[in-house]
Amino acid sequence: MSAPASDIIIECRDVHKWFGHFHALKGINLTVKRGEVVVIFGPSGSGKSTFIRALNRLEEHQRGQIVVDGIELSNDVRHIEAVRSEIGIVFQQFNLFPHLTVMQNITLAPIWVRRWPKSKAEATAMELLERMGIPEQAHKFPGQLSGGQQQRVAIARALAMQPKIMLFDEPTSALDPEMIKEVLDAMKALARSGMTMLVVSHEMGFAREVADRMIFFDVGVIVEEGSPEQIFSAPQQERTKLFLSQILSPRRMN
Amino acid sequence: MTTTAQTLPPPRTEVGLLGWLRQNLFSTWYNALLTVLAAWLIYSILPPVLTWVFTQAEWQVIVTNFRLFMRGQYPDEAVWRLWVGIYFLALVMGMSWGVWGQAARTFAALFGAAALLFALLPFSLNARLNWVGVLITLVAAMLLARNRAALKPWVILGWVILLPLSIVLTAGAAWLPFLSPVAPRLWGGLLLTLMLTIIGNTLALPLGILLALGRRSSLPAIKSFCIGYIELWRGVPLVTVLFMAQIMLPLFLPSEIRVDPVVRVIIGLTLFEAAYQAENVRGGLQAMPRGQFEAAYALGLNGVLTMLFIILPQAIRLVIPALLNSFISLFKDTTLVAIVGLFDLLLIGKTTLAQPDFLGKYREVYAFLFVVYWVFSMMFSYASQRLEKTLGVGTR
Repeated sequence: MSAPASDIIIECRDVHKWFGHFHALKGINLTVKRGEVVVIFGPSGSGKSTFIRALNRLEEHQRGQIVVDGIELSNDVRHIEAVRSEIGIVFQQFNLFPHLTVMQNITLAPIWVRRWPKSKAEATAMELLERMGIPEQAHKFPGQLSGGQQQRVAIARALAMQPKIMLFDEPTSALDPEMIKEVLDAMKALARSGMTMLVVSHEMGFAREVADRMIFFDVGVIVEEGSPEQIFSAPQQERTKLFLSQILSPRRMN
Repeated sequence: MTTTAQTLPPPRTEVGLLGWLRQNLFSTWYNALLTVLAAWLIYSILPPVLTWVFTQAEWQVIVTNFRLFMRGQYPDEAVWRLWVGIYFLALVMGMSWGVWGQAARTFAALFGAAALLFALLPFSLNARLNWVGVLITLVAAMLLARNRAALKPWVILGWVILLPLSIVLTAGAAWLPFLSPVAPRLWGGLLLTLMLTIIGNTLALPLGILLALGRRSSLPAIKSFCIGYIELWRGVPLVTVLFMAQIMLPLFLPSEIRVDPVVRVIIGLTLFEAAYQAENVRGGLQAMPRGQFEAAYALGLNGVLTMLFIILPQAIRLVIPALLNSFISLFKDTTLVAIVGLFDLLLIGKTTLAQPDFLGKYREVYAFLFVVYWVFSMMFSYASQRLEKTLGVGTR
């Protein structure tokens, strides 16, 4: 199935990455279209986090090409900064700036990188906080917020730069079950609004609801990919079947 | 079925004076033992010391030489400039108290208490009136600035220019109308000690931060230079640095430029202290979690913005105890400048002992010096604790 070239926003060709002697990514080939929601899952150590971090150059790949929105990722610094402004990332550990208020966390980059006036940045920030359901937290410090609230602030902070792509690196893995729902709801709303999203997550309910495509990573390769219906009802590979059986025990269905 | 328990008052040994004694002094058997030991020590030391202080000691040596102790050979006709500096400090401190409250209030209150104390002590009438004036300025500034947030930039500006202004006032310059030059050679006593400490530390900290950042740089030239600098200056004793500054520095400069000995010493102290502060800051930088750097880069912030807004504010807050430790250390290291002939507080003390009237008054002079150094060190320590508390170090 071919798509018009302008539709493809991320293209990875034969991407390899080594950590010293350890071969973490062994030839990844992947294309992502604009507006697509891709959920990447797999066992720990499979390279899924490494892969999405390579997309905004938090990790450097040693072989292959990664092209994001027409810009190839290389060691050229200007390209890196241009790419990073277009990609937002949400981390497992939130990584909010603890010495700044929520409002300052969100407006810092738009003011200093995009050079917006303070009023515009603050208005955008309030609007995003309302979308996330936490407008009243604007002047608190991250340490005063619950985990679920902090992660939603992190999502708002990433969205404030108006990125074209949002990456999520296990966004709910550090949260209590009650807080997972509020963050997933925010992510579902974001997906429905048409954002291109790559989500590394084990939340299969989320994948089933909003993912356009699911990709199974194991030991540094893509083992299988397909729509959620395909993956859940008819997984092709043995490894996929094994992993799904472990993760989809009745307790974990949500 | 619920039973309501009767609310009883606590037993008498838990609250009030008995409770405090029990919890703080006699909580365990070894605490009780230490309390008894400490009480015995206090009993055996304090009364004789106090007796000596108030009856036997001859404080005339201090009283006669008080001017020397405070400002060395600073000319009498220029003292009004020192007072202007103190008034300006009171102004800025009072306004800080008004605008910010909290931490600024504690410092301002301490300063005001000190001013009040000095006004009551038996100094010259002129000095005492000035201290009252300082106190009035402090309170007036607070009242003026209270709740006026718009004054914040002005107050910050005031703090920024405080040190340069003090230096200009104290040193004077040939081209300024009322401020005839007073060579730093003539500064002495407490004035010199404080000037060396404050100028040295103020210059050393930014330099130390740059060195710490340079040491973590990926550019080999900068990294090697910073490592070399830090290891060199940390590897030599301060005394040799002071000697080098006095003797070697004039050799490097063209002979027309004559650098005042005090300036040479300040340069030496700054370069020396910067190496230590660099290592302090580097400790803080190393403690920063990688996630902070990653989040900043991911938002598109470049290296400079990341350091300035994200990393340095957090890192420096972490190492405030170490930074202020170095500050207090430098304060006491200034006594070494006596070896290169500068009349700091300690050397003034020793020279007063050489005066024929006061031969042998060691106890009085050294007790006085002890108290002065101790009071200032306590003030710096207390300031550091208040600063930590305000910035939420260790809690956020």
